Amino acid sequence: MTDTTVKLSDAAIRRKMLAEFWFYFSQNRGAVVGLVVFVLLVLIAAFASLIAPHDPTMQYRDALLVPPVWDEAGRSSFLLGTDAVGRDILSRLIFGAQYSLFIGIVVVSIALVGGIIIGLLAGFFGGWVDTVIMRVMDVILAFPSLLLALVLVAILGPGLTNAMIAIAIVYQPHFARLTRAAVMTEMKREYVTAARVAGAGNFRLMFKTILPNCLAPLIVQATLSFSSAVLDSAALGFLGMGAQPPSPEWGTMLAEAREFILSAWWVVTFPGIAILVSVLAINLMGDGLRDALDPKLKRS
Amino acid sequence: MARFILSKLLYLVPTFLGITIIAFSFVRILPGDPVLLMAGERGVSPERHAELSAQLGYDKSVVLQYFDFLGRLFQGDLGNSLVTKKPVLGEFMALFPATVELGLCAIIIATLIGVPVGVMAAIKRGSWFDQISMTTALVGFSMPIFWWGLLLIIFFSGILGWTPVSGRISLMYYFPDTTGFMLIDSLMSGQKGAFSSALSHLILPSVVLATIPLAVIARQTRSAMLEVMGEDYVRTARAKGMPERRVIGIHALRNAMIPVITTIGLQVGVLMAGAILTETIFSWPGIGKWMIDSISRRDYPVVQSGLLLIAGLVMVVNLLVDLTYGLINPRIRNK
Repeated sequence: MTDTTVKLSDAAIRRKMLAEFWFYFSQNRGAVVGLVVFVLLVLIAAFASLIAPHDPTMQYRDALLVPPVWDEAGRSSFLLGTDAVGRDILSRLIFGAQYSLFIGIVVVSIALVGGIIIGLLAGFFGGWVDTVIMRVMDVILAFPSLLLALVLVAILGPGLTNAMIAIAIVYQPHFARLTRAAVMTEMKREYVTAARVAGAGNFRLMFKTILPNCLAPLIVQATLSFSSAVLDSAALGFLGMGAQPPSPEWGTMLAEAREFILSAWWVVTFPGIAILVSVLAINLMGDGLRDALDPKLKRS
Repeated sequence: MARFILSKLLYLVPTFLGITIIAFSFVRILPGDPVLLMAGERGVSPERHAELSAQLGYDKSVVLQYFDFLGRLFQGDLGNSLVTKKPVLGEFMALFPATVELGLCAIIIATLIGVPVGVMAAIKRGSWFDQISMTTALVGFSMPIFWWGLLLIIFFSGILGWTPVSGRISLMYYFPDTTGFMLIDSLMSGQKGAFSSALSHLILPSVVLATIPLAVIARQTRSAMLEVMGEDYVRTARAKGMPERRVIGIHALRNAMIPVITTIGLQVGVLMAGAILTETIFSWPGIGKWMIDSISRRDYPVVQSGLLLIAGLVMVVNLLVDLTYGLINPRIRNK
C-alpha cells in the first residue's frame, strides 16, 4: 500500500485557512458591508489630496457658513457647505479620515504590542510576576478610560501624539488580560511541553510556540479597540485635549462647530456622521471577525 | 458567604493603594514646579517658596510625602481647590448628587428598554424585530455621544422647542436642596411647575447618557438568553409540556439575568466616562463637568482628588457587582 496522505505545502495550507476564514466571515452580511465601508475609508484617506476639492485649511472669506449644495443658498463648489471661517467641510472630512485611521492604527499597535508582552510575561512566568502585573492592570482598569486619558493628556500636554499615547495606555490592560488568559490555557497543552523537552528556550516558547495560538481573541479585541480609539480620540478632540485646531480631525471640528448648533446644522451634522459611519463599519467588521475566529460560535 | 466577601475585600486593598499611588504621582510628574502648581502662585520669592514647600510637605522625601497624603486621606482631608479655596471633598459631595441623579436615570432607561428588547430579540431570533433592534443596538454602541447630544439639542430644543438646552432646572424656581436630587427636591418644594421643569431638563441628558449602556445591555441580554435557551433544562421544561411563557419567564430569563446584572453593574465606569461628555454638552453641574473644568483651569488638587474619588467609586460598585453575582450564583461563591 502506498501512503495516501495528501501533503499540502505551507502556502496551500495558508490558502485553505484563508478560504475557511472568508467562508465564515462572509456569512455575516453586516461584516461584509463593514469591510467595504472600511476599505472605502482607507482609499479616501490614502488619496485625500486627489479627491478633496479644496485645501482643508483654506479659508474662503467670501463663503462663510455656506449651507450644503441642496439648500437654496448652497453653492456647487462647496458640496457639504463651509464652516464659520469659510473652509470647505467636505475637504476637511476627507482629510479627517487620515487622522482617524492613523489614530486607530497607532493606538492599537502600541496597546497590542505592550499588552502582548506584558500578558505573555504574566501568563508564562506566573507566580509573583503574574500577581504584580495583574494588580497593576487592575489599577489602570479601575479608572474610567476617558477620564484617565484626559488626565494623562493634562500631564503630557494637549495634542494628537499625547492623546494617542494616553488612549493606548488606557487600552493596553485589556490586551494584557486576554493574552495572559490565552497563554495560561495554552501552557497546559502537550505541544508546549514537547517544545520545552526538545530544548526550546523561554523566548522561543513564548513568542514562537505559544503566541501564534493566542492570536484569535487578540485580533477581535484589536478591532474593537480600533473603533473605541476613533471614538475616544474624537471625544478628546471635542473636549479640546486631542488634535488641535486647525487640523481637520472630526472631533476637533465638532468642538469648533458647537456654537453654531442652532444656526448652522450642517457644521455639526457631517463630522458626527463621519465618526459614526467609520466606527459602525469597524464594529460590524469586528462582529464578523469574532464569528469567523471564535470556534465556539462557528455554526458547524 | 462571609469568606467570599472577605476574600473580595482583601483583593481590593492593593488596587486601592495603586489608585492612591497614581493620584499621588499625578501632581509630581506634571511638568513644572509642584510647589508652585499646588500653591497656584506665580513668581514667588525664595523665602515664600521655602515656606510653601514646608507647608505642603514638599521638603520631605517622596515616600514620607506619600504616607502624609495617605494619612490625610483617611482623615477625609483631600486638600483645597486652588480656584475656590474650599475643601475638595465638600465640592465633590455637593456636585455628586447631580451626577448620581443623571446616572441613575440613564441606567434605568437603559435597563427598562434594553432587557425586554434583548429578550424579545432572542425569542424571535432571525425575525425582522431581531435584525432591526440589533442593528440599532450596534449603531447606538458606535455612537459618538457628544455628537448625539448636540443632534438631540438641535431637534428637541432648537426645532421643536420642547426641552431646555442646559442646566438642571429653570431659574424661575428656587428651593433649598435637601437631598441634592432635583426631582425629589422640586417635588418637596411644592412649587407648581418645578418638578416638570426639573424633569424636562433631565430627559435629554439621560437619554444621551443611556445610549451606549442601552445598546450593550440589549446585546448582552440577547446573547445570554440565546445561550440559556439552548440548555438542557429549558428543553426538559418544554418536554414536560410547560407553557412557553413559563419556560421563558421562569427557566430561561432568571438564569440569563445573571450575566446581564453583571453587565449593568459594569456600566458604571462607562457612565462616569459618559458623564464627562454629557455634562459638558448640557452644562449639567455634576462631577464630570467639574473634572473637565478643573483640568482646563489647572486646578490640580481637584483633579488629583477627583480622580481618586471616581476610581474609588467605580471600584466599590464593581465590588458590589461581584458580591451580587456571588449572591445569585452559588457556583461562584463556593468556588
